[in-house]
Amino acid sequence: MKLLTREALLSFRRAPLLSVLSVTTIAFSLFTVGLFGLVAINLREALKGLEERVEIVAYIFRGTPSETIAIATQDIAAFPEVRDVSYVSEEEALRRARAELVEFRDAYRDLQVNPLPASIEVHLKEGYGDAATVGRVAERLKGFGFIDDVRFGREWIQKLDQLRNLTAVVGLVIGLAFAAVAVVIIGVTIRLTILQRAREISIMRLVGATNWFIRGPFLLEGALKGLLGGLLSLVLCYAGYLLFRDNSGGTLSGLIFFGAQHMILIIVFGILLGLGGSMVSVGRHLRHV
Amino acid sequence: MNHFGFCKFLRVPLTFPLSLLTSHLSPYNPHVIRFTNVYKAYPNGAMALKDVTFHVSKGEFVFLTGHSGAGKSTIMKLLFAEQQPSGGEVRVSGYNVSSLRPDDVPRLRRRLGVIFQDFRLLEDRTAEENVAFALEVTGARTDTIAARVMRVLTQVGLSARSRAYPRELSGGEQQRVAIARALINDPAILLADEPTGNLDERATRGVFQLLRDINNGGTVVVMATHDLDLVRQTVYRTIEMRDGSLVYDSDVDEAAAVQST
Repeated sequence: MKLLTREALLSFRRAPLLSVLSVTTIAFSLFTVGLFGLVAINLREALKGLEERVEIVAYIFRGTPSETIAIATQDIAAFPEVRDVSYVSEEEALRRARAELVEFRDAYRDLQVNPLPASIEVHLKEGYGDAATVGRVAERLKGFGFIDDVRFGREWIQKLDQLRNLTAVVGLVIGLAFAAVAVVIIGVTIRLTILQRAREISIMRLVGATNWFIRGPFLLEGALKGLLGGLLSLVLCYAGYLLFRDNSGGTLSGLIFFGAQHMILIIVFGILLGLGGSMVSVGRHLRHV
Repeated sequence: MNHFGFCKFLRVPLTFPLSLLTSHLSPYNPHVIRFTNVYKAYPNGAMALKDVTFHVSKGEFVFLTGHSGAGKSTIMKLLFAEQQPSGGEVRVSGYNVSSLRPDDVPRLRRRLGVIFQDFRLLEDRTAEENVAFALEVTGARTDTIAARVMRVLTQVGLSARSRAYPRELSGGEQQRVAIARALINDPAILLADEPTGNLDERATRGVFQLLRDINNGGTVVVMATHDLDLVRQTVYRTIEMRDGSLVYDSDVDEAAAVQST
């Protein structure tokens, strides 16, 4: 194990230029993937903000006993999709209307009878804001006998859906494309390293080294380069993130950076890239000699 | 006291063949190398070896001679399983090269020492590290490596230059490092492919004497060379190749000559 580490580290010293090349290649590939990742998570964050405003309003028939409504409210609150339910009485509705609709304040003040129905307002949990779920919950609400009508912003919820799907697909496709490019480039740089050390490999084989023994240092080297590349890409991403946030004149001040999980994911991805690239290259070399 | 004579005294060969004690082969098969009707065709169709048969017994020193392209190097490559025969059977130290599993290639090579005309040392490692390398790849215990390396370097007469890099050493010294590396795993067979091809006359004599000493210690030595002066100055067995065929084997042909008289 000590020998393995020594041999892997030795290769950095022996071919510093190639090592730097591999590390920066991995770093820049991951940087590109990471930037798209940043855009994607920020878009998702923004969409989440919109999603929280998704609201289903169920209007209640006049004269429904309040006990019935109370029981129904509890039932609805128990739906798995539902975050909270609130009952808006007729008086409350009128008060809100007076406060919000300034133009009609006079009209509302002179009313003898309250024309506004009572309603139940339902907010959904995070992640249930898509059109299908919202529609399903609305249907279920309609099933209650005392519900007159159910309203929700069907059209803009569908738009939100489309936007979300689009960003997911575009992010995935571009991310995969860059990851593929990264794998190829990493494979090539590691192949260069191996060709540079072909003589050494042939001598190792001559003195009876097993294939795994020969592979070991190369794999460790690849993983190490991947790790360094991953770290470097995070630094680059952070720099890019700060640059965007601070030069946007405040409009992007709410931008968020990767969480710990995402950062670990990127580093692990870097290590896998390095490992994969060296595995393919060494494997090919050992088969061909 | 004559200094030279003292050195000579140290070089008195071990006459008792140690290999008889260390042998791992069955007593029924004394041959450590068996070439039986071996053919080797290269992908372009050229025949490198045609029906080559010879056996080498424990303790032997064998010269392999012939012009370049006669098949000497091909025989060497078959012996250390760098290539496989197209036909016939090659057995080395108990392994059948014709049907060697990939795992067995390293195992076979650890029983062999191989040296070449171009030394094949790693330029960025010292003499010591080059030798130790061959031991490290076998997974030998780290704490025993230094002592074993020093022992073989002393054996080849290079203990004083153990920290030197190959470029700081003469050709003869580099070949001695290569020999030390070949010896570090106590091989049963030492394969030497034109070991003196790049050396001047003095270095050639030194390296050749070293190979003879190694053989006297019980190790089989197979040496491919076209230096006929070396071949003539000794009485070792000689196998001559021409155009891929074995045309002369001093063992077989001389025995036949004795019988016919």
